[in-house]
Amino acid sequence: MSGQVKKGYARPLDIRHGRVDMSHGGGGRAMVQLITDLFAKHLANEYLAQGNDGTCLPQGEGRLVVSTDSHVVSPLFFPGGDIGGLSVHGTVNDVAVMGATPLYLTAGFILEEGFPLADLARIVESMAKAAKDAGVKLVAGDTKVVEQGKGDGVFITTTGVGFLPDGIHLSGNLAQPGDVLLVSGSVGDHGMAIMSKRENLSFDAPILSDSTALNGLTAAMLASGATIRVMRDPTRGGLAATINEIAHQSGVGIHLEEAAIPVKPEVDAACELLGLDPLNIANEGKLIAICAAEDAETLLAAMRTHPQGQQAAIIGKVVEDPHGFVQMKTKFGGRRMVDWLSGEQLPRIC
Amino acid sequence: MCLAIPARVVEIAADDQAIVDLGGVRKNISLALVEDVQVGDYVIVHVGYALTRLDPEEAEKTLTLMAEAGLTEQAAAS
Amino acid sequence: MKYVDEFRDGEVAQGLARAIAAEVWPDRRYNFMEFCGGHTHAISRYGVPDLLPPNVRMIHGPGCPVCVLPIGRIDLAIKLALENGVILCTYADTMRVPASDGLSLMRAKARGGDVRMVYAVTDALKIARDNPGKDVVFFAIGFETTTPPTAVAVRQADAEQLKNFSVLCCHVLTPSAIMNILESPEVRDLGTVPLDGFIGPAHVSTVIGSRPYEFFAEEYRKPVVIAGFEPLDVMQAIRMLVRQVNEGRAMVENEFTRAVTPEGNAKAQNLVSEVFELRRSFEWRGLGEVPYSALKIRERFAEYDAERRFNLEYRPVPDNKACACGAILRGVKKPTDCKIFGTVCTPENPMGSCMVSSEGACAAHYTYGRHKDVEETPT
Repeated sequence: MSGQVKKGYARPLDIRHGRVDMSHGGGGRAMVQLITDLFAKHLANEYLAQGNDGTCLPQGEGRLVVSTDSHVVSPLFFPGGDIGGLSVHGTVNDVAVMGATPLYLTAGFILEEGFPLADLARIVESMAKAAKDAGVKLVAGDTKVVEQGKGDGVFITTTGVGFLPDGIHLSGNLAQPGDVLLVSGSVGDHGMAIMSKRENLSFDAPILSDSTALNGLTAAMLASGATIRVMRDPTRGGLAATINEIAHQSGVGIHLEEAAIPVKPEVDAACELLGLDPLNIANEGKLIAICAAEDAETLLAAMRTHPQGQQAAIIGKVVEDPHGFVQMKTKFGGRRMVDWLSGEQLPRIC
Repeated sequence: MCLAIPARVVEIAADDQAIVDLGGVRKNISLALVEDVQVGDYVIVHVGYALTRLDPEEAEKTLTLMAEAGLTEQAAAS
Repeated sequence: MKYVDEFRDGEVAQGLARAIAAEVWPDRRYNFMEFCGGHTHAISRYGVPDLLPPNVRMIHGPGCPVCVLPIGRIDLAIKLALENGVILCTYADTMRVPASDGLSLMRAKARGGDVRMVYAVTDALKIARDNPGKDVVFFAIGFETTTPPTAVAVRQADAEQLKNFSVLCCHVLTPSAIMNILESPEVRDLGTVPLDGFIGPAHVSTVIGSRPYEFFAEEYRKPVVIAGFEPLDVMQAIRMLVRQVNEGRAMVENEFTRAVTPEGNAKAQNLVSEVFELRRSFEWRGLGEVPYSALKIRERFAEYDAERRFNLEYRPVPDNKACACGAILRGVKKPTDCKIFGTVCTPENPMGSCMVSSEGACAAHYTYGRHKDVEETPT
């Protein structure tokens, strides 16, 4: 025993028990270690390996499409997903519903001092898996640390970049009277999965978030040959908000059939208990599409053959209406409006 | 004004607590306002409390009355 | 969902619609008030009016505890949060109601008030146990359905000697409100809108029973049919009301027999009278002072009464002059009769009680039914 110290010894990052501290955001060795031992370990690729302040990307074919999203979900880990997967899926989907092929992502992390590294590792692994499954690469990133109490564990902002082939033009102002409205699957899953975990709402419902990447589905839909006017993913505000947005942008009315809108029984039941309407609840793995009437069956078939569109359904049609009202024929047989709520729908006792 | 929903009692615990099931969703509620509730009973739940037991026989009677209304009319119309 | 889905069946609804259409007298108008905000919401949400004959009109009553909660009471809750530094626990329904000085409970939270949404009063008890160094106040709103849980909580707090827990009691009573409507000059004057009958609240009635309504049926000669919460229940109740009106009867009938008995829930009633007593008078938003219409905490449980503990002084706050809620709550005016409906007054910016909650007459009409106003306007 000669008491020799190993050359270049660096204390390894204690992922199991360690926590984020202010030095991890300081730009020094601690931060580099965090990046190398935690982020790069899971997210490595040829672009990140360039290792410069900015990443060089190759030219793509078609128009550049970009989208950005910040993720502040609480709790960070919920049934069916976590903030990591969500941050990838959300941005991939925003690019995909434009008709573009998402290729690259960037991610900015704001970490709260004291946040367990084990949780951060879980989140980053989740992001890596989500990116791999979606066929996108994380090409740039940033980390900052804020003092304890000034962040909710972790906030993630992702920006997605993709390319839109010529000839595809989807937009919220293109819906025309006579068009048909489709949804890719059941609504309200994500929001109710989150509710089930939040403090104060203590029920054990087998509701899983639907958080997933939809670019495979959108590609299949575009390849079907159907004339699609617009695709959109109904996140916060639910189906109701998204449909109202499009009606407003296109200056048309939309008539829905309640019986046709897929809702999982557990989501229905959970909404009943809390006095919520599934149409106002967030989704993270669904899209709506408006297409020309003659192509509706073709598009539906294309969606249903894809794993993320198996419960796809035709749920309504576009009509002439200068007021831009969204109306719905209820299962009961009467008609009512589906309005655009001003804020998040809150549970009610009345 | 009072959002309440019928749910099935699946488990009874100490201190007047119970677990109910509504369409696959389970919730903890209190039985402090009711008496003699058994597993399998349906109760009406409001803000985490069971307000009363639901009478299955009366429920059937009401449904029958409602369904008959339509039949009587159809018969009268034809 | 058992006992829910069956009572929403569209085909049975068609049958009931035909039955009602066959029973109404073609040259008679039927005006029924559904007292309960939950019924207002169900009627709007399912589009029930589309299944009724045109001479049957549903008038939305004041049975929405958030709608009738005066601004002054919300101000008290906000004061407790912002000035007294309590943890203010409330049902989510009250969060967005605008109060004085441009505040609401949600805005008070944004200003640093510790305002927490709870689903049940038991959550507030837990918060009190978990925060022994802080005062926790539960903002208790609601009609007779919601009062028994508060009573249980106060007794629980007392049993545990949970000294940091108290209740800001704003519980109100249904029969007094119905009386107020029937007593109001516009309704008694047969020249204006006659009310032909009432749809009695579903869940309030599970607690108070059907007996308390017999007084109105006898005294005012108006039929009352207690209806379950689902749209088929409402339609069946309407059918029963139509029949009573045609036959000249004025009785209390119970459509919600699966949950309502004549006596109601005695256990719940006893718990309530143990903890609460009547206030001589209470201000209802839109209706003014209504005698013996609300509850306060008894002397025995005084230490759990937030009004006593924090020496709260109630200050009434008048509504916007253009607000027609008083008349709308009594069924004398419709939302569209109000000058500021849909323009200044919207769900985002509610000016009066009928718009503040999703089951207020104006909010329900705006959210679910304003497409009809456009259709009825000749172009």
